[in-house]
Amino acid sequence: MFKIESHNHPSFIEPFQGAATGVGGILRDIFTMGARPIALLDSLRFGDPSDPKTRHLIQGVVSGISWYGNCFGCPTVGGEIAFAPEYQGNPLVNVMCVGLVRADRIFRARAEGLGNPVFYVGNKTGRDGIHGATMASATFDEHAEERRPTVQVGDPFTEKLLLEACLEAMASGAVIGIQDMGAAGLACCTSEMPARSGTGLDVELDRVPRREGGMTPYELLLSESQERMLLVAERGREDEVRRIFEKWELDAVAIGHVTDDRHLTVRAGGEIVARVPVDALADGPRYEKPTAEPAGLAERRAWNPLARPEPGDCGEALVTLLASPTIASKRWAFRQYDQQVGINTLVLPGSDAAVLRVKGTRRALAVSTDGNGRQVSLDPRRGAAMAVAEAARNVSCAGGRPLGVTDCMNFGSPERPEILWQFAEAIEGIADACRALDIPVVGGNVSFYNETSGQAILPTPVIGVVGVLDDAERLATQWFRAAGHRVALLGPDDVSLGGSEYVWIRERQVAGALAPLDLEVERRVQAAVQAAIGSDLVTAAHDCAEGGIAVALAESCVTGPARVGCDVTLEAAGRADHVLFGEGPSRVLLAVEPTRTRAFEALMAEAAIPWRWIGTTGGDRLVIRGGGRVLVDVDLNRIEHAWRGGFERHVA
Amino acid sequence: MKFGVVVFPGTWSDCDFHYVVSEVLHQPVKYVWHRERDLSGLDCVILPGGFSYGDYLRAGAVAGRSPVVEALGDFVANGGVALGSCNGFQILCESGLLPGALMRNECLQYRCETTHLVTENVETPFTRLLRPGQVLTMPISHGEGKYQADAETLARLKKHHQIVFRYATADGQVTRAANPNGSIENIAGIVNEEGTVLGLMPHPERASETAMGGTDGLLILQSVLGSLVEDGGFLKR
Repeated sequence: MFKIESHNHPSFIEPFQGAATGVGGILRDIFTMGARPIALLDSLRFGDPSDPKTRHLIQGVVSGISWYGNCFGCPTVGGEIAFAPEYQGNPLVNVMCVGLVRADRIFRARAEGLGNPVFYVGNKTGRDGIHGATMASATFDEHAEERRPTVQVGDPFTEKLLLEACLEAMASGAVIGIQDMGAAGLACCTSEMPARSGTGLDVELDRVPRREGGMTPYELLLSESQERMLLVAERGREDEVRRIFEKWELDAVAIGHVTDDRHLTVRAGGEIVARVPVDALADGPRYEKPTAEPAGLAERRAWNPLARPEPGDCGEALVTLLASPTIASKRWAFRQYDQQVGINTLVLPGSDAAVLRVKGTRRALAVSTDGNGRQVSLDPRRGAAMAVAEAARNVSCAGGRPLGVTDCMNFGSPERPEILWQFAEAIEGIADACRALDIPVVGGNVSFYNETSGQAILPTPVIGVVGVLDDAERLATQWFRAAGHRVALLGPDDVSLGGSEYVWIRERQVAGALAPLDLEVERRVQAAVQAAIGSDLVTAAHDCAEGGIAVALAESCVTGPARVGCDVTLEAAGRADHVLFGEGPSRVLLAVEPTRTRAFEALMAEAAIPWRWIGTTGGDRLVIRGGGRVLVDVDLNRIEHAWRGGFERHVA
Repeated sequence: MKFGVVVFPGTWSDCDFHYVVSEVLHQPVKYVWHRERDLSGLDCVILPGGFSYGDYLRAGAVAGRSPVVEALGDFVANGGVALGSCNGFQILCESGLLPGALMRNECLQYRCETTHLVTENVETPFTRLLRPGQVLTMPISHGEGKYQADAETLARLKKHHQIVFRYATADGQVTRAANPNGSIENIAGIVNEEGTVLGLMPHPERASETAMGGTDGLLILQSVLGSLVEDGGFLKR
């Protein structure tokens, strides 16, 4: 069970609590279904890395995630951190959670059975977070930080107790349905639960546990105090439920019962303070709004990166790219997160995908998130499809077979036709890729109005993919393990500098055309990678992403436990920087032990994909040749130094 | 040999220790609720990592005064052994079963990473399978692991060989760079004077299987097991 959700606006106003409660919210979404959370991933976007405000935001967001996830006891195993000026006034904090549940023990947010008691469980209600959901759906101006009181305050300890108590109550059989009190608090779950079941609810606000006096019914209904749930139990088993929550020292108060009148009736002080048809509250209106391609997009796409001069020294260009904070090591953040609690994490953060074993089986799960706002801004449909392809490719590179997608759609104001156009196109792109790769989208989240003073973020669909490995021992990581292994490149030669990290670093431009995406080739490449790993034929597998094949090779050399160089020859036609740093889908590097090359070649022959040997691992330099000359020849010390320090120097 | 794994509100390494003892060490094990005072029938009580009572007030402060920890003194006096890892170490220090205190990491950040520990005392039930100077690889995961003790306490710890593990480099050098949290003299784990209570910040349960990257942590649990077998039940029982 998995889902991704955004907590962008609260994290800008108050980065620590904003990010922390983002983690808390998605954890509850998972355990309210009866699943035990086993992994968290965070997809973060910030503005200019050298701006002091950015440092403040990163430090706050990372420590908020660290505080909540670590205290709760769920490992943070992956995610990304990327930078672009468009996120300066509106950073993104997207959190994905993966949980484990038996397929026949999934709980849903139902309010069924006339007369069944409705319990309020968990934390007490205060005035925090009132209008949080409204704030999260408004655009920002220079007064954004005055809205700090709308940010909720988290308590991961209470959340941990709530997890244990809820799972125990569910296991007892006394629970009919349960829902998190998330956005819009009690008002939301008291209407959504009966709406889903065709029933009604009658609740008494005077019984709601609270931590401050004088709260009005309006405040009680809209408070977004954290770590609370609404639970419908079986009539006659009230004491059982109360005993379980008492054991975990949490409130569990019957505040009402299920009715059959399809209305939400709210009472306070002996009066009915609200009576509304539940469908009116739960159903969303359908909007038909104009869409339009942004002005100037065709010109931006037509920009030719190869009209710019070629770099004098591609080795130096590579070192600069590796030190880009978007590409460089994120160890500074990850070492603040518990990555191992639960003792399932077989592959820690730092490879294409994290891998977690499933105890009691031979299987493991591979998980990854991905999303490239620059590519989506240049071509929303293809860019979004590429994000799905890449997240799935990451999972394939760990040896996993992608099972499902969750998407977090971060966009500007949909009231602007060009933003809605980006959104509509991106949805089509995600659908294209998911159909071709045969992976369903099982859920997700839409976050609009990500803009400050009229400046919208890059359109950023963040894609989370979960895959399965049938044999947890047959997994792959991105780093070279030893010298003398042959290196293969799978996939097409079609790459582009359009929208690439290289063009951004050199030209500070987001322009040019994206490489073509052939989803059938993508599917076959991923199947071939999975088969090679599943047959124990490879010692490393790495996706070529930001920074192109040169960065991918450099990462394979220095990101593992041992530093292993390589010497490869790229035969593709084109200018050196295009070949080295051009970005394109469906490309994977694999390392193969010499004794396994025959079997590997046989497997590739069946795969019907473009592929070739490009070189061999070994030595303490990265050497890349092409067109009869040496394009890159850099000492691994320099590569590692650039990659290790590039992010940290901006944030530490 | 029977192990008990204590569960406080907010404990999270309980399931991990339980798994390692039952599935890797193949020994009987049960959970012990924090309100329990009856530890009869147990040979080794484990205080696992986590944020007991949210670590409100100070890490381990509330749990250090809980019924189960109050019963631990008698349990140990009667021949049982106790192992506290991470939050368990903090609880043991807060309860007075071990001397000293664990404070906020010097870097002021949470740290989850692999550390190397050099073994200084192999004459305890927890370390008898180790060689003097043996380097163990184990992860840490804490925000408050900086061990501190006054000069007098430190002198007493040394006199009675109570310092069991120090943070070190992979080849066993005790250096400042190898110290992940600023602990005084790189102290990572200590025992009481009798050697029957061990507290350490690293997580042995996360280094007990090859799949998890190593089995050095298992050596500690195996040592406890070996002690019982060879001595016939911690002798004093």
